[in-house]
Amino acid sequence: MSKRLAMPSVQHRLSRVVSELPPSGIRRFFDLVSTMDGVISLGVGEPDFVTPWNVRDACVEALEQGYTTYTSNSGLLELREAVAEYLWGQFQLKYEPEDEILITVGGSEAIDLALRAILNPGDEVLVIQPAYISYGPCVTLAGGVPVAVDTDPRTGFKPTAEQLERHITPRTKAIIFCFPNNPTGASLRQHELAPLVDVIRRHDLLVISDEIYAELTYDDKHVSIASFPGMKERTILISGMSKAFAMTGWRIGYACGHPEIIELMRKIHQYTMLCAPIMSQMAAIEALRNGLDEMREMVLSYKQRRNLFVKGLNEIGLACHQPEGAFYAFPSVKATGLSSDEFAERLLFDCKVAVVPGHVFGNSGHGYIRCSYATSVQQINEALERMARFVQKLR
Amino acid sequence: MEMESSDKRDKKELERQLLHLLEDNSRYSLSTLAGLLSSTENEIAALIQELENRKVILKYTATINWNKTDGAPVTAMIDVKVTPKKGVGFDEIASRIYRYPEVEAVYLMSGAYDLSVVVKGKTMHEIAEFVAKKLSPLDSVISTTTHFILKKYKHDGVIFDDGTGDRRMVIVP
Repeated sequence: MSKRLAMPSVQHRLSRVVSELPPSGIRRFFDLVSTMDGVISLGVGEPDFVTPWNVRDACVEALEQGYTTYTSNSGLLELREAVAEYLWGQFQLKYEPEDEILITVGGSEAIDLALRAILNPGDEVLVIQPAYISYGPCVTLAGGVPVAVDTDPRTGFKPTAEQLERHITPRTKAIIFCFPNNPTGASLRQHELAPLVDVIRRHDLLVISDEIYAELTYDDKHVSIASFPGMKERTILISGMSKAFAMTGWRIGYACGHPEIIELMRKIHQYTMLCAPIMSQMAAIEALRNGLDEMREMVLSYKQRRNLFVKGLNEIGLACHQPEGAFYAFPSVKATGLSSDEFAERLLFDCKVAVVPGHVFGNSGHGYIRCSYATSVQQINEALERMARFVQKLR
Repeated sequence: MEMESSDKRDKKELERQLLHLLEDNSRYSLSTLAGLLSSTENEIAALIQELENRKVILKYTATINWNKTDGAPVTAMIDVKVTPKKGVGFDEIASRIYRYPEVEAVYLMSGAYDLSVVVKGKTMHEIAEFVAKKLSPLDSVISTTTHFILKKYKHDGVIFDDGTGDRRMVIVP
């Protein structure tokens, strides 16, 4: 193989904003794990199910019938109608398919579009942390200023009205959060959302509510912040097919909100992405219309594995609150005397179990690790055994 | 209408989930089952005992791909037409048939024939002998059509030689 010649740096010609974005803390870990064999990975933030067959079949059929074109920028009307029916049936949320719903390339695109549609240079966005790693960088890329609001383990990593108030300035435009939460598994119930809603209304803020894990709520029913009186018009609800329907690779998400916001989001989407892939959209229609039974079976299976895994973590001395949703456990490793980084790295090298150090999701994640239990029961049991041995050795 | 107490409903739901888990993997340990179902090992053990007593759980089995061994049996599905008997219908002839140890399964069918009989043997010859010497001569049997199974693709919900492993990347944010 011919060796590539060293090229002169072009650093001075690159975007300062992008160059200065902090690198993803997950990247380094990914590179470490990728080189090793026999690793049990609890680091995977996606379902361990393959997309249900009827959904895959709908895509195959779409291809056979020659559905290979662009769609309307907003997404197929039939899919928007299916989304509207689904949100009404599941969460009693009412959105008009014509102008209040936009189909995007995954929930990730919807987050980017929402921020770009509402932010002017210097606008501040409260990012409730620990959080999915892309919110802060997306705010920066959209010209805004991310303001981290660190939640407290003592409140189960749930934000309080007082925490919000403390970070609000005249420049605060919006707040972005995700419940059920990646990485903590926390979810917000009616009575926990109500005081936040008060603050948001009083300060006239917008909310970007990432509810991609909504269906994966285990002991209660998911409540959307958009369902509170006066909140629909100030909430951009973001969700998609990835987690509940095991459709991560299909890249179908959606945003719902005030028609004027959705219109601006569609404008960006039209200039940058055009539309989500038509065959994925057709599969999503099948999932929303005929995939609910299988979705509920998957949710039950996550719930069972949550019960098993969290009990196991607590038994081996890694204190873990009961996550109410998503498929992550977020145990504390403070009792071991190691930082989350040290713990994760030594666990990987000594016992070949991969987890993600909690601080990559925000400062309040220091001393915690994120473990995804979207993996087989056998792997969960084996991982728990290895972690027990590891923790024992540290004592 | 009589309402079911929530205790009773919870127990039914626990039972349903337990049965599905055991059907999927009857070797799950009591501690794993208790963990998955947020219960105790004692409660699960008692429930399993009760399900066995009630003959809801009949047997614990393994799904085996015999083709990967040198002991692969020959399996045939036989469509059997019979004359039902007054008073006992198909039950009597069905029981005559299912008592043979080489018979794996017997189902009463709607449609073109009456009983579907699954027979296992070491060789095709062995099955042919069974049909000729034991099944066909039975009084009520009018005719038989034997289909040999050539390849098993899926059995008991398990796809044989399913090449789909975990294709996910090792770390995903």
